[in-house]
Amino acid sequence: MTANVAIARQFIEAIPHAKTLGMVLTDLGGGQATIIMPYSEKLIGDPVSRVVHGGAVSALMDTAGGAAVMCHPAAPTSTATLDLRIDYMRAATPGQTITARAECYHVTRSVAFIRVTATDEDAASPVATATGSFSIEQSQEWFR
Amino acid sequence: MKRSAPDPAHVVTSRRDDALAWLTSGIPYIGFLGIEFERRGDELTAVLPFASQNVGNPMIPALHGGVTSAFLEVSAIIALSWATLWEDIEAGRIDPKTLAPGALPSLPKTINFTVDYLRTGLPREAYARARIMRSGRRFASVQVEAWQDNVARPYALGLVHLLMPPSAPQGSPAP
Repeated sequence: MTANVAIARQFIEAIPHAKTLGMVLTDLGGGQATIIMPYSEKLIGDPVSRVVHGGAVSALMDTAGGAAVMCHPAAPTSTATLDLRIDYMRAATPGQTITARAECYHVTRSVAFIRVTATDEDAASPVATATGSFSIEQSQEWFR
Repeated sequence: MKRSAPDPAHVVTSRRDDALAWLTSGIPYIGFLGIEFERRGDELTAVLPFASQNVGNPMIPALHGGVTSAFLEVSAIIALSWATLWEDIEAGRIDPKTLAPGALPSLPKTINFTVDYLRTGLPREAYARARIMRSGRRFASVQVEAWQDNVARPYALGLVHLLMPPSAPQGSPAP
């Protein structure tokens, strides 16, 4: 594990809200991150359908986006979400773990651009996709 | 034609408060985040009390962006449902006292959601108010803004597009 991936893992695993939602970082490196979030009763947004609330899915996608930024070779020391747009394709199937895969596909001195896809156990049909931009806090060495 | 006298104030107030509680208390995720709703007439303000589990960056510390986006989305969904139900509540067609136990409102579904993080979410209480820009038969567009210290300095803005629930009678029992 390279130094910046280790720092990124530490950064993500220290997030109290990620722990509260039961998120687990399963893959990290080279500007790509995968985070899973198991189904939980407390995350239900519609008591009739028992589907997880969109807000929990957006928290997962936001965290995965931030993780992808942190493990980018540009090696930021910290990051924060500037904006995020989420499209909800379908309801996540109740009882299934949600997986978010994020990619940081471009970085400038101050801004990182990311895209994220969230799936449940039917990986062929996405639950939601997101695009966003994150701030980059870092030493400037990577651009020299 | 003679108008019937308006309902006594306490009847009107308790009918509205009960309907709001019925709309919000059945949603586990609202309880999980600790979101509460304050009502003045039909105007709603969502309140997110501070909780250490809602922190994203423990170094600053700052609220998690996902908590802020969830707060905005919850505020938008409840504001839209509340506005949709209002006429039925006022007319007494929806009265939680007479609804069948387990009867729940059908909620609109989010199609997409854009959030701008204008300022760091500080480790303290946050508030949100939604404005329904359009509410059609099938689709709705809701703007929502959240603030902490100064209402004129929002810390996050959301724009939510939603799919309206089928216009079946509200309060259908859970399957």
